Amino acid sequence: MSGTYLGMPSFPVAAREAVNNPTLRANLRHATHTIRAKRAVAVAELADWALLREAGKQIKDRTLRHLDTLLVELEEKVTAAGGVVHWAADAEEANRIVTELVVATGEREVVKVKSMATQEIGLNEALEAAGIAAYETDLAELIVQLGQDRPSHILVPAIHRNRGEIRDIFATTMGEWGRPAPDDLTDSPAALAEAARLHLREKFLRAKVGISGANFMVAETGTLVVLESEGNGRMCLTLPETLISVVGIEKVIPSWRDLEVFLQTLPRSSTAERMNPYTSTWTGTTDSDGPKAFHLVLLDNGRTNTLADEVGRQALRCIRCSACLNVCPVYERAGGHAYGSVYPGPIGAILSPQLRGTQSDIDASLPYASSLCGACYEVCPVAIDIPEVLVHLREQVAEKGGKGHRLEKTAMKAAGWILNHPAALGAGERLASKTRKLHPHKVPGASAWTDSRDLPALPEQPFRDWWKKNRT
Amino acid sequence: MNTRETILTRIRTAVAQAPEVPEPARDYLPSHTPNNPQILLDLLAENLTDYRAIVHHTHEDNLPDLLNQLLSAHGSQTVLVPPGLPEHWLQASNAQQIEDSSTHTPHDLDTVDSVVTGCALAIAETGTLVLDASPDQGRRRITLIPDHHICIVRTPDQIIASLPQAMPRLDPTRPLTWISGPSATSDIELDRVEGVHGPRTLEVILLSATPQPGDQR
Ligand code: SF4
Repeated sequence: MSGTYLGMPSFPVAAREAVNNPTLRANLRHATHTIRAKRAVAVAELADWALLREAGKQIKDRTLRHLDTLLVELEEKVTAAGGVVHWAADAEEANRIVTELVVATGEREVVKVKSMATQEIGLNEALEAAGIAAYETDLAELIVQLGQDRPSHILVPAIHRNRGEIRDIFATTMGEWGRPAPDDLTDSPAALAEAARLHLREKFLRAKVGISGANFMVAETGTLVVLESEGNGRMCLTLPETLISVVGIEKVIPSWRDLEVFLQTLPRSSTAERMNPYTSTWTGTTDSDGPKAFHLVLLDNGRTNTLADEVGRQALRCIRCSACLNVCPVYERAGGHAYGSVYPGPIGAILSPQLRGTQSDIDASLPYASSLCGACYEVCPVAIDIPEVLVHLREQVAEKGGKGHRLEKTAMKAAGWILNHPAALGAGERLASKTRKLHPHKVPGASAWTDSRDLPALPEQPFRDWWKKNRT
Repeated sequence: MNTRETILTRIRTAVAQAPEVPEPARDYLPSHTPNNPQILLDLLAENLTDYRAIVHHTHEDNLPDLLNQLLSAHGSQTVLVPPGLPEHWLQASNAQQIEDSSTHTPHDLDTVDSVVTGCALAIAETGTLVLDASPDQGRRRITLIPDHHICIVRTPDQIIASLPQAMPRLDPTRPLTWISGPSATSDIELDRVEGVHGPRTLEVILLSATPQPGDQR
């Protein structure tokens, strides 16, 4: 994955730092608790949530089983609609393709829609090396980019920053990138959003090349889909002459109809809205509406390795809603940066080591960055059994050279979640598997983690008993 | 072997031993709402309002007056008009009409105050307007750059209860824009702020053919 993260310390080291930063902890805590409470309400509106979740899981599983045929079908449809499809085996190849495409337009700057895939491959850095400026246009990504920082959450990448910090970043750095922030900039969210609007609008209006990812690609029709809130996505997808989309191969879904499932589950699970303000779909190019040239770069970068793992392949079902981050007691303490990957939290703990392999310290430590409490599984709209994959990956790490035991002890301790005692971990594991058997399609609700103290209430009785007995 | 073949071969090898997966069960609900035009209308209005769109009810004869009133109230000197917008809709308005054209640059559009469009359909359960670039809706960018968007929904025909009922009525070969409330962000301490990049004000006119109780002029 991205060069940005090379040399990252292992999870325990990074988490320890985060736990000792009170501002960061307060920002994270506020955000995760707010989102998960709202999400529970949005989900409870749909009486058939469990069935939608099951359908989403099945659609994704079927997709993964027939990924080869679906990608070929997608390629055919995109090409027929006037797009050009490229295939990239790894980050390097994807970056090379995109860089060449931008260079061929003669442009020296691009506007970007927030995209995990392009972060994963370190595209901005690759473009910069080729003398091309890549402007992030999502407000949170802008905050991260101007602050020379890294994203810490899938949905709200600047979750670790409060309004005061954001004001200071805007006031000092906006001028270096384009239109400066107004002199009298306050820290009110409305004033900050207005400053971002003015700063980015001049970039949107002159942009000739846009770069995006996609939430879904429909094989049957060759349609790409982007969900967003601000309109920056629509700006990048419709104003430039050339649009380049870099998308992981697992983002394909078989049919147009399948969207009826994910357009119900994704917004509710991520922003807790019935529907996000804007969704754009496009199929190739359209005469005199939007870009004249459309390129789709299909990215492997470790996904086929993940697919080959019987237990681990379910991670590829992920629709990046980020619900699992917001319910995770470890993420809440450690923050997104501790995971040393663009994919933080529970999904990052299983996806990153699979995409990158477990040779490095950070990747070998990630499967231990969890209490195995099972909240991530219950909340996941495509029913990824994250605890199951974590245990599976721990076995693999342990087999490779015994780093495991040491990591097991330090990861939780560093995250301020003192579960380094083997019995605690055992209780957690048993709880996770028991919960899975009892409630295979349990509707997630607010009940699991609603405590407001620093340490969340533990979800089920046996674990709680253990905790009471052993916490001294 | 080229990259395409490499990736496809890797996929085939990866899933060679995997069991066949059946067609997904679609036993989720086709709709969560009773199929009653009045209930759908009310639900759409409620959900749009909940997401900070401003909702108006009117009928055909009153539409020109209402549009004039809304554009004046917004102080709009200029209004973008897609090619197939019924001409008489804006007959009462003094705002200068600017026809949508591919020769307009984004900068040109940035100087226009408002845009008026129809829609392909509206989804009651999610409070969503779907635009499909038909002649009464125009290019995707015209509903994005001006700061004020007025969208007209024909009731009851264009109101659909749910996403599963909407999908088969939409044509995926057309570029679609789904709009649920005005542009918004929650990126700063999760405080919702309207209008970051798209229109800050979204007004929706629920238009019936004949007068209804509660209509606005
Ligand atoms: S693993 Fe599930 S809950 Fe987590 S981001 Fe992916 S889809 Fe959402």
